[in-house]
Amino acid sequence: MQYLRQIGAYFLMLGNIFRKTTKWSALRKLIFKEIDDLIIGSLGIVCFISFFVGGVISIQTALNIDNPLIPKYLVGFATRQSVILEFAPTLISIIMAGKVGSFITSSIGTMRVTEQIDALEVMGINPLNYLVLPKIIAMMLYPFIIIISMFLGILGGWMASIYGGFSSSADFVEGLQIDFIPFHMTYAFIKTVVFAFVLATVPSFHGYYMKGGALEVGKASTTAFVWTSVVIIVLNYIITQLLLA
Amino acid sequence: MIQVENIHKTFGENHVLKGITTSFEQSKTNLVIGQSGSGKTVFLKCMLGLFTPEEGEIYYSGQAYSEMDRDQRIDLRRDMGMVFQGSALFDSMTVEENVTFPMEMFSKKSKEEMRDRANVALERVNLVNANDRYPSEISGGMQKRVAIARAIVMNPKYLFCDEPNSGLDPRTAILIDNLIQEITDEFNITTVINTHDMNSVMEIGEKIVFLKDGYLTWEGTNKEIFKTDNEAVTNFVYSSELFKKVRKMYLEDSH
Repeated sequence: MQYLRQIGAYFLMLGNIFRKTTKWSALRKLIFKEIDDLIIGSLGIVCFISFFVGGVISIQTALNIDNPLIPKYLVGFATRQSVILEFAPTLISIIMAGKVGSFITSSIGTMRVTEQIDALEVMGINPLNYLVLPKIIAMMLYPFIIIISMFLGILGGWMASIYGGFSSSADFVEGLQIDFIPFHMTYAFIKTVVFAFVLATVPSFHGYYMKGGALEVGKASTTAFVWTSVVIIVLNYIITQLLLA
Repeated sequence: MIQVENIHKTFGENHVLKGITTSFEQSKTNLVIGQSGSGKTVFLKCMLGLFTPEEGEIYYSGQAYSEMDRDQRIDLRRDMGMVFQGSALFDSMTVEENVTFPMEMFSKKSKEEMRDRANVALERVNLVNANDRYPSEISGGMQKRVAIARAIVMNPKYLFCDEPNSGLDPRTAILIDNLIQEITDEFNITTVINTHDMNSVMEIGEKIVFLKDGYLTWEGTNKEIFKTDNEAVTNFVYSSELFKKVRKMYLEDSH
Protein backbone atom coordinates (compact mmCIF):
# COMPACT_ATOMS: atom_id res chain seq x y z
CA MET A 1 0.00 0.00 0.00
CA GLN A 2 2.85 2.32 0.95
CA TYR A 3 4.56 1.62 -2.41
CA LEU A 4 1.34 2.36 -4.33
CA ARG A 5 1.00 5.66 -2.47
CA GLN A 6 4.61 6.52 -3.34
CA ILE A 7 4.09 5.69 -7.02
CA GLY A 8 0.93 7.83 -7.05
CA ALA A 9 2.79 10.70 -5.36
CA TYR A 10 5.59 10.40 -7.93
CA PHE A 11 3.19 10.76 -10.86
CA LEU A 12 1.40 13.68 -9.17
CA MET A 13 4.81 15.29 -8.74
CA LEU A 14 5.50 14.85 -12.45
CA GLY A 15 2.28 16.73 -13.21
CA ASN A 16 3.17 19.55 -10.84
CA ILE A 17 6.64 20.02 -12.34
CA PHE A 18 5.11 21.45 -15.50
CA ARG A 19 2.59 23.75 -13.79
CA LYS A 20 3.14 27.41 -12.92
CA THR A 21 6.41 27.81 -14.76
CA THR A 22 9.34 29.89 -13.57
CA LYS A 23 10.40 32.99 -15.49
CA TRP A 24 12.48 31.94 -18.52
CA SER A 25 15.50 34.15 -17.70
CA ALA A 26 15.81 32.49 -14.27
CA LEU A 27 15.15 29.02 -15.69
CA ARG A 28 17.85 29.45 -18.34
CA LYS A 29 20.44 30.26 -15.70
CA LEU A 30 19.41 27.19 -13.71
CA ILE A 31 19.57 24.93 -16.78
CA PHE A 32 23.18 25.95 -17.48
CA LYS A 33 24.07 25.37 -13.84
CA GLU A 34 22.48 21.90 -13.94
CA ILE A 35 24.26 21.05 -17.21
CA ASP A 36 27.51 21.92 -15.49
CA ASP A 37 26.69 19.91 -12.35
CA LEU A 38 24.97 16.88 -13.87
CA ILE A 39 26.48 16.48 -17.34
CA ILE A 40 29.93 18.14 -17.42
CA GLY A 41 30.60 17.05 -13.84
CA SER A 42 29.97 13.41 -14.74
CA LEU A 43 32.17 13.25 -17.82
CA GLY A 44 35.35 12.34 -15.94
CA ILE A 45 34.00 9.28 -14.16
CA VAL A 46 32.05 8.11 -17.24
CA CYS A 47 35.14 8.38 -19.47
CA PHE A 48 37.32 6.55 -16.96
CA ILE A 49 34.88 3.69 -16.36
CA SER A 50 33.92 3.31 -20.02
CA PHE A 51 37.52 3.05 -21.24
CA PHE A 52 38.54 0.40 -18.73
CA VAL A 53 35.33 -1.63 -18.80
CA GLY A 54 35.51 -1.67 -22.62
CA GLY A 55 39.02 -3.06 -22.25
CA VAL A 56 37.86 -5.71 -19.79
CA ILE A 57 34.99 -6.77 -22.07
CA SER A 58 37.39 -7.40 -24.97
CA ILE A 59 39.91 -9.29 -22.79
CA GLN A 60 37.16 -11.46 -21.24
CA THR A 61 35.73 -12.23 -24.69
CA ALA A 62 39.16 -13.09 -26.11
CA LEU A 63 40.03 -15.34 -23.17
CA ASN A 64 36.79 -17.28 -23.56
CA ILE A 65 37.40 -18.09 -27.23
CA ASP A 66 39.22 -21.42 -27.25
CA ASN A 67 37.74 -22.89 -30.38
CA PRO A 68 39.92 -22.15 -33.45
CA LEU A 69 36.78 -22.24 -35.63
CA ILE A 70 35.44 -19.08 -34.00
CA PRO A 71 36.64 -16.11 -36.05
CA LYS A 72 39.04 -13.64 -34.42
CA TYR A 73 36.81 -10.69 -35.31
CA LEU A 74 34.35 -11.91 -32.64
CA VAL A 75 36.28 -9.93 -30.01
CA GLY A 76 35.48 -6.64 -31.74
CA PHE A 77 31.93 -7.78 -32.50
CA ALA A 78 31.20 -8.77 -28.88
CA THR A 79 32.77 -5.59 -27.53
CA ARG A 80 30.66 -3.45 -29.84
CA GLN A 81 27.43 -5.27 -29.04
CA SER A 82 28.05 -5.27 -25.25
CA VAL A 83 29.05 -1.62 -25.12
CA ILE A 84 26.34 -0.24 -27.41
CA LEU A 85 23.43 -2.37 -26.24
CA GLU A 86 23.98 -2.66 -22.51
CA PHE A 87 27.11 -1.23 -20.98
CA ALA A 88 26.86 2.39 -22.15
CA PRO A 89 23.12 2.99 -21.83
CA THR A 90 22.28 0.78 -18.83
CA LEU A 91 25.34 0.26 -16.65
CA ILE A 92 26.48 3.87 -17.03
CA SER A 93 22.94 4.93 -16.02
CA ILE A 94 23.22 2.84 -12.85
CA ILE A 95 26.57 4.45 -12.09
CA MET A 96 24.93 7.82 -12.74
CA ALA A 97 22.14 6.88 -10.32
CA GLY A 98 24.85 6.80 -7.67
CA LYS A 99 26.71 9.87 -8.83
CA VAL A 100 24.03 12.23 -10.11
CA GLY A 101 21.08 10.67 -8.26
CA SER A 102 22.55 11.02 -4.80
CA PHE A 103 23.67 14.58 -5.65
CA ILE A 104 20.14 15.52 -6.70
CA THR A 105 18.51 13.91 -3.64
CA SER A 106 20.94 15.40 -1.17
CA SER A 107 20.82 18.90 -2.66
CA ILE A 108 17.00 19.01 -2.80
CA GLY A 109 16.74 17.21 0.57
CA THR A 110 19.03 19.76 2.20
CA MET A 111 16.89 22.54 0.77
CA ARG A 112 13.86 20.84 2.30
CA VAL A 113 15.50 20.45 5.73
CA THR A 114 16.73 24.06 5.80
CA GLU A 115 13.28 25.40 4.76
CA GLN A 116 14.61 26.76 1.45
CA ILE A 117 11.79 24.95 -0.37
CA ASP A 118 9.24 26.53 1.99
CA ALA A 119 10.85 29.90 1.24
CA LEU A 120 10.34 29.35 -2.50
CA GLU A 121 6.72 28.36 -1.91
CA VAL A 122 6.04 31.40 0.25
CA MET A 123 7.46 33.62 -2.50
CA GLY A 124 4.85 32.19 -4.88
CA ILE A 125 7.34 30.08 -6.85
CA ASN A 126 6.48 26.50 -7.83
CA PRO A 127 9.45 24.72 -6.16
CA LEU A 128 9.03 21.60 -8.31
CA ASN A 129 9.20 23.61 -11.50
CA TYR A 130 12.09 25.69 -10.20
CA LEU A 131 14.13 22.74 -8.91
CA VAL A 132 13.25 19.73 -11.05
CA LEU A 133 12.46 21.06 -14.55
CA PRO A 134 16.02 22.44 -15.11
CA LYS A 135 17.38 19.02 -14.11
CA ILE A 136 15.11 17.24 -16.59
CA ILE A 137 16.12 19.64 -19.39
CA ALA A 138 19.82 19.34 -18.49
CA MET A 139 19.57 15.53 -18.46
CA MET A 140 18.28 15.60 -22.03
CA LEU A 141 21.97 16.11 -22.91
CA TYR A 142 22.66 12.74 -21.29
CA PRO A 143 22.77 10.93 -24.69
CA PHE A 144 25.96 12.91 -25.44
CA ILE A 145 27.57 11.32 -22.40
CA ILE A 146 26.47 7.93 -23.66
CA ILE A 147 27.93 8.60 -27.12
CA ILE A 148 31.27 9.39 -25.46
CA SER A 149 30.91 6.29 -23.28
CA MET A 150 30.28 4.11 -26.37
CA PHE A 151 33.27 5.57 -28.18
CA LEU A 152 35.62 5.20 -25.21
CA GLY A 153 34.32 1.72 -24.37
CA ILE A 154 35.09 0.53 -27.88
CA LEU A 155 38.42 2.40 -27.92
CA GLY A 156 39.36 0.75 -24.61
CA GLY A 157 38.41 -2.64 -26.05
CA TRP A 158 40.46 -2.00 -29.17
CA MET A 159 43.54 -0.93 -27.20
CA ALA A 160 43.29 -3.84 -24.73
CA SER A 161 42.84 -6.23 -27.60
CA ILE A 162 45.78 -4.93 -29.64
CA TYR A 163 48.25 -4.24 -26.85
CA GLY A 164 47.26 -7.40 -24.95
CA GLY A 165 47.92 -9.44 -28.07
CA PHE A 166 44.42 -10.93 -28.18
CA SER A 167 43.50 -9.77 -31.66
CA SER A 168 44.87 -7.78 -34.56
CA SER A 169 43.61 -4.31 -35.28
CA ALA A 170 42.19 -5.46 -38.62
CA ASP A 171 40.25 -8.34 -37.00
CA PHE A 172 38.91 -6.08 -34.25
CA VAL A 173 37.78 -3.40 -36.73
CA GLU A 174 36.19 -6.06 -38.93
CA GLY A 175 34.27 -7.26 -35.86
CA LEU A 176 33.11 -3.72 -35.15
CA GLN A 177 31.72 -3.39 -38.68
CA ILE A 178 30.24 -6.81 -39.24
CA ASP A 179 26.45 -7.30 -38.98
CA PHE A 180 25.94 -3.79 -37.70
CA ILE A 181 22.25 -3.03 -37.23
CA PRO A 182 21.65 0.74 -37.13
CA PHE A 183 18.43 0.21 -35.14
CA HIS A 184 20.55 -0.91 -32.19
CA MET A 185 21.76 2.69 -31.91
CA THR A 186 18.14 3.93 -31.97
CA TYR A 187 17.25 1.38 -29.30
CA ALA A 188 20.21 2.47 -27.16
CA PHE A 189 19.28 6.15 -27.42
CA ILE A 190 15.61 5.54 -26.70
CA LYS A 191 16.73 3.78 -23.51
CA THR A 192 19.14 6.60 -22.73
CA VAL A 193 16.47 9.30 -22.97
CA VAL A 194 14.08 7.30 -20.76
CA PHE A 195 16.82 6.67 -18.21
CA ALA A 196 17.78 10.36 -18.27
CA PHE A 197 14.22 11.25 -17.27
CA VAL A 198 14.30 8.63 -14.49
CA LEU A 199 17.70 9.89 -13.30
CA ALA A 200 16.36 13.43 -13.00
CA THR A 201 12.97 12.71 -11.46
CA VAL A 202 13.23 9.70 -9.11
CA PRO A 203 16.05 11.21 -6.98
CA SER A 204 14.23 14.59 -7.04
CA PHE A 205 11.11 12.86 -5.69
CA HIS A 206 13.05 11.31 -2.80
CA GLY A 207 14.73 14.62 -1.97
CA TYR A 208 11.61 16.75 -2.29
CA TYR A 209 9.33 14.63 -0.13
CA MET A 210 11.86 13.66 2.53
CA LYS A 211 11.16 14.43 6.17
CA GLY A 212 13.57 14.85 9.05
CA GLY A 213 17.09 16.19 9.37
CA ALA A 214 20.62 15.69 8.10
CA LEU A 215 20.63 11.95 8.82
CA GLU A 216 17.45 11.48 6.79
CA VAL A 217 19.05 13.32 3.86
CA GLY A 218 21.69 10.57 3.78
CA LYS A 219 19.05 7.86 4.05
CA ALA A 220 16.98 9.48 1.29
CA SER A 221 20.06 9.52 -0.99
CA THR A 222 20.57 5.79 -0.45
CA THR A 223 16.88 5.04 -1.02
CA ALA A 224 16.93 7.18 -4.16
CA PHE A 225 19.92 5.26 -5.53
CA VAL A 226 18.21 1.91 -4.87
CA TRP A 227 14.91 2.95 -6.44
CA THR A 228 16.50 4.68 -9.42
CA SER A 229 18.51 1.53 -10.13
CA VAL A 230 15.42 -0.67 -9.75
CA VAL A 231 13.37 1.53 -12.09
CA ILE A 232 16.20 1.60 -14.67
CA ILE A 233 16.58 -2.20 -14.60
CA VAL A 234 12.82 -2.80 -14.93
CA LEU A 235 12.45 -0.24 -17.72
CA ASN A 236 15.49 -1.74 -19.46
CA TYR A 237 13.72 -5.07 -19.54
CA ILE A 238 10.44 -3.60 -20.78
CA ILE A 239 12.06 -1.45 -23.49
CA THR A 240 14.20 -4.37 -24.68
CA GLN A 241 11.16 -6.61 -24.84
CA LEU A 242 9.21 -3.99 -26.77
CA LEU A 243 11.92 -2.90 -29.21
CA LEU A 244 14.13 -5.93 -29.81
CA ALA A 245 12.09 -9.05 -29.11
CA MET B 1 -4.91 43.41 8.20
CA ILE B 2 -5.38 39.69 8.65
CA GLN B 3 -8.54 38.25 10.19
CA VAL B 4 -8.70 34.62 11.21
CA GLU B 5 -12.10 33.05 11.77
CA ASN B 6 -12.58 29.74 13.52
CA ILE B 7 -9.82 27.80 11.78
CA HIS B 8 -9.29 24.09 12.42
CA LYS B 9 -6.37 22.05 11.17
CA THR B 10 -5.78 18.34 11.70
CA PHE B 11 -3.02 15.95 10.65
CA GLY B 12 -4.48 12.45 10.71
CA GLU B 13 -5.74 11.94 14.26
CA ASN B 14 -3.91 14.98 15.56
CA HIS B 15 -6.22 18.01 15.87
CA VAL B 16 -3.63 20.81 15.96
CA LEU B 17 -5.66 24.02 15.62
CA LYS B 18 -9.05 24.07 17.35
CA GLY B 19 -11.17 26.96 16.21
CA ILE B 20 -8.82 29.93 16.33
CA THR B 21 -10.37 33.36 15.83
CA THR B 22 -8.33 36.55 16.01
CA SER B 23 -7.12 39.49 13.96
CA PHE B 24 -3.75 41.06 13.27
CA GLU B 25 -3.66 44.77 12.57
CA GLN B 26 -1.57 46.71 10.10
CA SER B 27 1.53 48.59 11.37
CA LYS B 28 1.58 46.49 14.50
CA THR B 29 3.96 43.77 15.62
CA ASN B 30 1.66 40.87 16.42
CA LEU B 31 3.17 38.05 18.43
CA VAL B 32 2.00 34.44 18.61
CA ILE B 33 3.33 32.70 21.72
CA GLY B 34 2.86 29.31 23.28
CA GLN B 35 4.70 26.19 24.29
CA SER B 36 6.33 23.90 21.77
CA GLY B 37 3.61 21.79 20.14
CA SER B 38 0.88 24.36 20.85
CA GLY B 39 0.27 24.86 17.11
CA LYS B 40 2.11 28.15 16.50
CA THR B 41 4.02 27.03 13.41
CA VAL B 42 0.96 25.30 11.92
CA PHE B 43 -1.02 28.51 12.55
CA LEU B 44 1.67 30.57 10.78
CA LYS B 45 1.81 28.12 7.87
CA CYS B 46 -1.99 28.33 7.52
CA MET B 47 -1.70 32.11 7.25
CA LEU B 48 1.08 31.72 4.70
CA GLY B 49 -1.12 29.41 2.64
CA LEU B 50 1.28 26.48 3.04
CA PHE B 51 -1.40 24.51 4.92
CA THR B 52 -5.10 24.63 4.13
CA PRO B 53 -7.38 24.60 7.20
CA GLU B 54 -10.24 22.07 7.10
CA GLU B 55 -12.62 24.61 8.58
CA GLY B 56 -12.71 28.36 9.02
CA GLU B 57 -11.50 31.28 6.94
CA ILE B 58 -8.57 33.67 6.74
CA TYR B 59 -9.13 37.17 5.36
CA TYR B 60 -6.30 39.27 3.94
CA SER B 61 -7.30 42.94 3.78
CA GLY B 62 -10.92 41.76 3.88
CA GLN B 63 -10.61 39.17 1.11
CA ALA B 64 -11.28 35.52 1.99
CA TYR B 65 -8.44 33.16 1.01
CA SER B 66 -10.80 30.34 0.03
CA GLU B 67 -12.59 32.62 -2.43
CA MET B 68 -9.40 33.73 -4.19
CA ASP B 69 -8.62 32.25 -7.60
CA ARG B 70 -5.16 30.94 -8.51
CA ASP B 71 -3.86 34.30 -9.80
CA GLN B 72 -5.11 36.15 -6.74
CA ARG B 73 -3.36 33.63 -4.50
CA ILE B 74 -0.13 34.09 -6.44
CA ASP B 75 -0.49 37.87 -6.06
CA LEU B 76 -1.14 37.41 -2.34
CA ARG B 77 2.00 35.28 -1.97
CA ARG B 78 3.96 38.08 -3.59
CA ASP B 79 2.61 40.47 -0.95
CA MET B 80 4.03 38.23 1.78
CA GLY B 81 7.51 38.25 3.24
CA MET B 82 8.72 35.49 5.48
CA VAL B 83 11.66 35.23 7.85
CA PHE B 84 12.23 31.57 8.67
CA GLN B 85 13.59 30.23 11.94
CA GLY B 86 16.79 29.05 10.26
CA SER B 87 16.81 32.05 7.87
CA ALA B 88 16.30 29.69 4.86
CA LEU B 89 18.77 31.60 2.71
CA PHE B 90 19.73 29.95 -0.56
CA ASP B 91 23.17 28.66 0.29
CA SER B 92 24.38 28.53 -3.31
CA MET B 93 23.73 32.27 -3.71
CA THR B 94 25.59 35.26 -2.31
CA VAL B 95 23.94 37.71 0.08
CA GLU B 96 23.14 40.07 -2.78
CA GLU B 97 21.76 37.28 -4.97
CA ASN B 98 19.54 36.13 -2.10
CA VAL B 99 18.08 39.61 -1.74
CA THR B 100 17.64 40.22 -5.48
CA PHE B 101 16.10 36.74 -5.96
CA PRO B 102 12.41 37.75 -5.44
CA MET B 103 12.89 40.68 -7.84
CA GLU B 104 14.52 38.46 -10.44
CA MET B 105 11.53 36.16 -10.25
CA PHE B 106 8.73 38.69 -10.28
CA SER B 107 9.85 42.10 -11.47
CA LYS B 108 10.97 43.49 -14.79
CA LYS B 109 13.65 45.66 -13.23
CA SER B 110 17.09 45.85 -14.85
CA LYS B 111 20.05 44.26 -13.08
CA GLU B 112 21.25 47.69 -11.97
CA GLU B 113 17.85 48.59 -10.52
CA MET B 114 17.66 45.26 -8.71
CA ARG B 115 21.15 45.74 -7.28
CA ASP B 116 20.28 49.26 -6.11
CA ARG B 117 17.05 48.06 -4.50
CA ALA B 118 18.90 45.19 -2.80
CA ASN B 119 21.49 47.62 -1.46
CA VAL B 120 18.73 49.83 -0.04
CA ALA B 121 17.19 46.80 1.72
CA LEU B 122 20.59 45.65 3.02
CA GLU B 123 21.40 49.14 4.27
CA ARG B 124 18.02 49.23 5.99
CA VAL B 125 18.95 46.13 7.98
CA ASN B 126 22.39 47.65 8.71
CA LEU B 127 24.27 45.14 6.62
CA VAL B 128 26.91 46.64 4.36
CA ASN B 129 30.00 45.17 2.69
CA ALA B 130 28.61 41.65 2.81
CA ASN B 131 27.06 41.54 -0.67
CA ASP B 132 29.49 39.04 -2.14
CA ARG B 133 29.64 36.70 0.82
CA TYR B 134 27.80 33.39 1.01
CA PRO B 135 25.37 32.62 3.87
CA SER B 136 27.84 30.10 5.32
CA GLU B 137 30.43 32.89 5.61
CA ILE B 138 28.35 35.21 7.79
CA SER B 139 27.09 34.99 11.39
CA GLY B 140 23.60 33.86 12.46
CA GLY B 141 22.59 37.45 13.24
CA MET B 142 23.76 38.62 9.81
CA GLN B 143 21.87 35.74 8.18
CA LYS B 144 18.69 36.88 9.96
CA ARG B 145 19.25 40.41 8.64
CA VAL B 146 19.70 39.10 5.11
CA ALA B 147 16.48 37.10 5.53
CA ILE B 148 14.67 40.27 6.67
CA ALA B 149 16.15 42.23 3.74
CA ARG B 150 14.95 39.51 1.34
CA ALA B 151 11.51 39.54 2.97
CA ILE B 152 11.07 43.33 2.63
CA VAL B 153 12.73 43.90 -0.74
CA MET B 154 9.43 43.57 -2.63
CA ASN B 155 7.60 45.90 -0.19
CA PRO B 156 5.30 43.23 1.25
CA LYS B 157 1.97 43.96 2.92
CA TYR B 158 2.41 41.07 5.32
CA LEU B 159 5.56 40.00 7.12
CA PHE B 160 5.73 36.66 8.93
CA CYS B 161 8.61 35.70 11.18
CA ASP B 162 9.08 32.25 12.71
CA GLU B 163 11.23 32.48 15.85
CA PRO B 164 13.41 35.29 14.45
CA ASN B 165 15.55 35.35 17.60
CA SER B 166 16.29 31.69 17.99
CA GLY B 167 19.98 30.94 18.24
CA LEU B 168 20.97 34.59 18.64
CA ASP B 169 22.74 36.23 21.56
CA PRO B 170 20.53 38.58 23.67
CA ARG B 171 22.01 41.76 22.21
CA THR B 172 21.57 40.66 18.59
CA ALA B 173 18.09 39.36 19.45
CA ILE B 174 17.07 42.83 20.69
CA LEU B 175 18.54 44.43 17.55
CA ILE B 176 16.54 42.06 15.34
CA ASP B 177 13.35 42.76 17.37
CA ASN B 178 13.81 46.50 17.06
CA LEU B 179 14.57 46.18 13.37
CA ILE B 180 11.36 44.24 12.74
CA GLN B 181 9.35 46.79 14.72
CA GLU B 182 10.90 49.74 12.86
CA ILE B 183 10.27 48.09 9.49
CA THR B 184 6.67 47.33 10.46
CA ASP B 185 6.07 51.03 11.26
CA GLU B 186 8.03 52.37 8.33
CA PHE B 187 6.50 50.17 5.61
CA ASN B 188 3.03 49.97 7.19
CA ILE B 189 3.16 46.16 7.24
CA THR B 190 1.02 43.63 9.08
CA THR B 191 3.65 41.67 10.96
CA VAL B 192 3.05 38.33 12.68
CA ILE B 193 5.88 36.83 14.73
CA ASN B 194 6.03 33.37 16.28
CA THR B 195 8.25 33.52 19.29
CA HIS B 196 9.36 31.88 22.51
CA ASP B 197 11.45 34.86 23.47
CA MET B 198 10.01 36.66 26.49
CA ASN B 199 12.16 39.73 25.83
CA SER B 200 10.36 40.09 22.50
CA VAL B 201 7.01 39.71 24.26
CA MET B 202 7.83 42.52 26.69
CA GLU B 203 9.55 44.79 24.16
CA ILE B 204 7.62 44.67 20.89
CA GLY B 205 4.38 42.78 21.65
CA GLU B 206 1.82 45.32 20.47
CA LYS B 207 -0.60 42.43 20.22
CA ILE B 208 0.03 39.01 21.73
CA VAL B 209 -1.90 35.85 20.99
CA PHE B 210 -1.36 32.91 23.34
CA LEU B 211 -1.97 29.37 22.04
CA LYS B 212 -2.32 26.34 24.27
CA ASP B 213 -2.98 22.84 22.91
CA GLY B 214 -4.38 24.30 19.70
CA TYR B 215 -6.76 26.74 21.43
CA LEU B 216 -6.37 30.49 21.56
CA THR B 217 -6.60 30.98 25.32
CA TRP B 218 -5.60 34.63 25.68
CA GLU B 219 -4.90 37.76 23.66
CA GLY B 220 -3.83 41.25 24.64
CA THR B 221 -0.88 43.67 24.62
CA ASN B 222 2.52 43.56 26.33
CA LYS B 223 1.08 45.87 29.02
CA GLU B 224 -1.93 43.66 29.63
CA ILE B 225 0.16 40.51 29.88
CA PHE B 226 1.60 41.83 33.16
CA LYS B 227 -1.87 42.12 34.64
CA THR B 228 -3.51 39.00 33.33
CA ASP B 229 -4.70 36.38 35.77
CA ASN B 230 -4.92 33.72 33.04
CA GLU B 231 -3.06 30.86 34.70
CA ALA B 232 -1.82 29.27 31.46
CA VAL B 233 -0.31 32.58 30.32
CA THR B 234 1.31 33.43 33.66
CA ASN B 235 2.74 29.90 33.98
CA PHE B 236 4.25 30.19 30.51
CA VAL B 237 5.44 33.80 30.48
CA TYR B 238 6.55 34.02 34.09
CA SER B 239 8.14 30.61 34.34
CA SER B 240 11.52 32.09 35.31
CA GLU B 241 12.22 33.80 38.63
CA LEU B 242 13.54 36.85 36.79
CA PHE B 243 10.31 37.44 34.90
CA LYS B 244 8.27 36.82 38.09
CA LYS B 245 10.25 39.63 39.72
CA VAL B 246 9.85 41.88 36.67
CA ARG B 247 6.12 41.32 36.78
CA LYS B 248 5.95 42.00 40.51
CA MET B 249 7.89 45.25 40.10
CA TYR B 250 5.71 46.33 37.18
CA LEU B 251 2.52 45.68 39.13
CA GLU B 252 3.85 47.49 42.22
CA ASP B 253 4.86 50.48 40.08
CA SER B 254 1.49 50.66 38.37
CA HIS B 255 -0.44 50.76 41.69
